[in-house]
Order: sequence, then structure tokens, then C-alpha cells
Amino acid sequence: MSAAPKTVRVAAGQGFWGDSLDAPRQQVERGQVDFLMLDYLAEVTMSILQKQKERDPNMGYARDFIGAIESVLPAVAERGVRVIANAGGVNPKACAAAVRAVLDKHPKGKQVKIGIVTGDDLLPRIDELIGAGHKLESMDTGEPLSTVRDRVIAANAYLGSGPIVEALHQGAGIVITGRSTDTALTMAPLRYTFGWAENDWDKLAAGIIAGHIIECGAQASGGNCLYDWRSIPDLGDVGYPIAEGQADGTFVITKHKGTGGRVSVQSVTEQLVYEMGDPHSYITPDVVADFTSIQLAADGPDRVRVFGIKGRPATDKLKVSIAYKAGFKAVGTLVYSWPDALEKAQVANRIIRERLDRLGLKFDKVLTEFVGADATHGPLTPPIPTDAPEVQFRIGVRGEDKKMVERFTREIAPLVLNGPPSVTGFAGGRPKVEEIVAYWPALVDKRVVTPRVEIA
Amino acid sequence: MRVRLVDIAHARSGDKGDTANVGVIALKPDWYPLIEKTLTRARVKEHFKAVITGDVVRFELPNLKALNFLLHGALDGGGTLSLKTDAQGKVFSTALLRMVIDVPDAEAKALGLPEAR
Repeated sequence: MSAAPKTVRVAAGQGFWGDSLDAPRQQVERGQVDFLMLDYLAEVTMSILQKQKERDPNMGYARDFIGAIESVLPAVAERGVRVIANAGGVNPKACAAAVRAVLDKHPKGKQVKIGIVTGDDLLPRIDELIGAGHKLESMDTGEPLSTVRDRVIAANAYLGSGPIVEALHQGAGIVITGRSTDTALTMAPLRYTFGWAENDWDKLAAGIIAGHIIECGAQASGGNCLYDWRSIPDLGDVGYPIAEGQADGTFVITKHKGTGGRVSVQSVTEQLVYEMGDPHSYITPDVVADFTSIQLAADGPDRVRVFGIKGRPATDKLKVSIAYKAGFKAVGTLVYSWPDALEKAQVANRIIRERLDRLGLKFDKVLTEFVGADATHGPLTPPIPTDAPEVQFRIGVRGEDKKMVERFTREIAPLVLNGPPSVTGFAGGRPKVEEIVAYWPALVDKRVVTPRVEIA
Repeated sequence: MRVRLVDIAHARSGDKGDTANVGVIALKPDWYPLIEKTLTRARVKEHFKAVITGDVVRFELPNLKALNFLLHGALDGGGTLSLKTDAQGKVFSTALLRMVIDVPDAEAKALGLPEAR
């Protein structure tokens, strides 16, 4: 390898599956970047993908990714921008095959190698692991996985940066992983470029924190930013964040010139505290990062310098994301208008609860919210004016018995004719019954998980 | 003097299972010590007592002029189990910012704090 460059630019182009379809292309076309990082997997996404794979063995990956690759094809094939994505879901090989078909349409696409990272899928090994004494206790409740074993539909270990770095060393222009930590997708190209050692804790921690800042897309560059929100320009053309890393582990968060949004110390700080647990110990497979060491400084318009970051050795465990079936739920809504909107909605709530009792329907939980009065802040909300224009009555139920949840969904619409007056907003029809797939986070010994890298 | 937290801090929140986290950040670095002193774990637990079923944990990040609170039992089971509109705890941030605090007049004046309307 030739001498490492002074800086490397890693661009975030997707914060979750369902994020802006334009963002990946914008990131490679509106300025120079070296790597495009796409995060598709939320906590329960794997279980949705597992269901899709059961129906069709060629499915089970984030299909948006195929369109994304199509949209960035010239940059990847002609300019050598390298892509790292956890789009593989529970079927990285099928994902790679679909990507290959897209690449082959471009004259230079055939030369682009695809790196595939596997080894995270523990579903076929659960009984073996439990049999060997791995209890896979829930990190939330401490209960062993055996209590829900027969309802488990997906189990994936979060892999770190190692296999992605390996794939890059083998020349992959596109790296597709299953369940990797979101942050590793950003840290790996920095570690690869600058040759950071696997025990260079401070630098690895810096790469992880760069990943934490950009992994939610525009949430670091002006989106969902409370600080001075009215003044943030042009969110209709928001620029997604870019981490501009240096060999010493310092980096700058920025975005392409001419795009909307804003990168400021405040926008970056808001993203740093997002979904934060104990800031002293942000645990990843690669390193334990210390968020109390982070220093931020403004570095010109839409540039924030990040430095001072400390890390400690990684633990000997990997987090496992397990999904299991946990009953059914449904939520129904109706809108009541002025006058006395809230009072009418409250009467509707009493009537429907009486109906559920009369029908003998039993649920684990029945929850009522009045949107416009208390839905987001609950009892912390001061009373709304009695002349409020409208209130949405929202009631949800959750239980093990699908038939009872289905019966509940038939009780909303009759209120339009049978309940309090001035009601509307029922055009969406009966509420949908949803099967609940719940999340079971657990830890497993690193030694039992073997990441694999192949080049296709 | 009465001061609204929303006038001296900004915040962002998210979820981990049935726990919501709220990161609250001083709008001006000089205001952080007051926020650190005032927003005790007990004070925040009292603020959310009718909303959450579990305990509150506090962490300090003086480097970011921020505090991080973990609100346990905040999300009706969390994630996909939850029936709440805010199943992911996205707006617990502004729920905390509803707090109004008392600051001695001299201190409030010295810090240039805006008075609650």
C-alpha cells in the first residue's frame, strides 16, 4: 500500500432503512468522499428480514440498497468510492448477488470486488449455545433465553470492525455485512486507511465516536435539531454528515458545500447524547469508548473538530440481538372536533372500555392517549383550552390472543354512529392487527462467534 | 427568579429497550454549572414520577456541558411492545425541558438568565 493519505472522508448516506433515497447519490456527487457508509439495520429489522427469507430464500436483505448502488454506480465504478453497508441483513450472499447484477451493467463494474461479511447469524446455533451453557440472558430482565426459546425468530451477534477492515484489505469496493455495529461501518475505513492497531484504543474509540455521530444521517447536520431550530436553513436539501478523519484519531464533522442543514457544535452535541447510556463506557466489540473525553470546537462554517477521545480495551463479550414473537397489538384512532373536543374523546374512551368489558375481552395492556392534549408528555402537560379545535382519541391494546385483538379492532368504527357527536377521521378503516416481534438483547462470549470474509 | 429550563438548555432523547435517555445541554457554557447543580437525580425523578415506573440515573458530561439521564420503565415495555405514540422516547427531551427552576435573583442576573414569562 502507498503512504496513507492525510485525511479520509467517510460520508453517511442512510440513517435507517426507510431514510432518504437521494442521500447516497448526493453524498458521492456533491463533493469529494472516499467511503460511503450506509446503515440499514434497526434493532428489529433482522426479524422482518428473517420472515422475508423464510418466504423466499433469495430475500432477507435491505432491498433499498440495490437502488442505492444503482444511484452511486458511476462513483463506485469510475472514481473508486468504496461503499460499506450492513444491508446484507440475514442474507448477505443474496444481497451480494443482486449487487453484482447491478455492477455488471456498468462497463467498469465487473472490476469492482464485493466483500461479504458473515458469521453473525446465531439462529441455527441457539440450541447448541444453550446446550453448551450460554444462557443468553436478557440484558433488560436477566431472564435466560430458554424462557422464550420456542418463539425466537432471529439471533445475530453484533460484529466489529475487524472483518470489514479485512475485506477492504482484500480490495473490496463494496463491503456488505449482516449484523455489524453501526459504528464499525465508519470506524473500519478509518482504521484501514491509517493502519490503526487493534489495541490502539484511543484511535479506535475516536473512530467509533465518529460513527456514532454520523450513523443517524442528517440528525447530526441539522435534522431533528432543537437548538435554534427555526434558523436551520434549507432542510429540504439537507446535507448528510461526513467524517473527515486524520491518522492521529482527530476528525472533523462536516457536510458538502451548498447543501442545506447545519453542522454546529450544538447539532453534533445533540447527536452525541442521542441514545446514550453510561457515557464513560460506550461498549463495542472493538473498544470501550469514553464520551466524557470528547472535545468539540467550531472549525469554520459547517465544520466541527472532534478531539481528545480516550478508549479502553474491549470486553470479551459480543452483544447479540435476538427477536422473538411476543403477542399481538392494534391501535385505533378517531378525531373529535370543537366544541368540547377533549370531553367527547374522554366519553368515547369510557364507552369503548365498557364495550371491551361487556365482550369479555382481556388484554395485557389497554392504553388511551388524547392527541392534542396529553399524548407526548402525559401528566406533565398543562390542561388544554376548553375551546381546543380538535382532539384525536387514540386507544391501543396488546395481548397474546389474536382473536381478542381482532375483536377490539371492530369496536372503533361503530363509535362514529353510536358515540359522542362531532366525530371524524375514520377514513383509514379498521385498525390493523400487528404481530409483535420483541427485542431480546443478550451477551455471548466472543470466542463462540467466528466472523468470515469472502470476496465475490 | 423563576427560569424555564427550555430557555437555558436544549435536549435530545432516544431509547434503549424500556429506558428513555434524555441528554440535556446548556445553551451557553456558563449556564452548565447551574444546570448540573439544579437537575439532581432526585429532582428529575420527581419531575417524571407520574410518567415512568422505574428509577432515574444521572451522568455528567462537563466536556459537552451536558447531563445524561436514563429514565427506566418509561416506554410501556419499549420498542415494538409499546402502545405509546412516543414508543421510542423521542420527545422525553422536551418533557424534561418543561421544568421550571428557582434561581436566586443575584445569580440569575449575573448569568443573564431569561425570566419565565
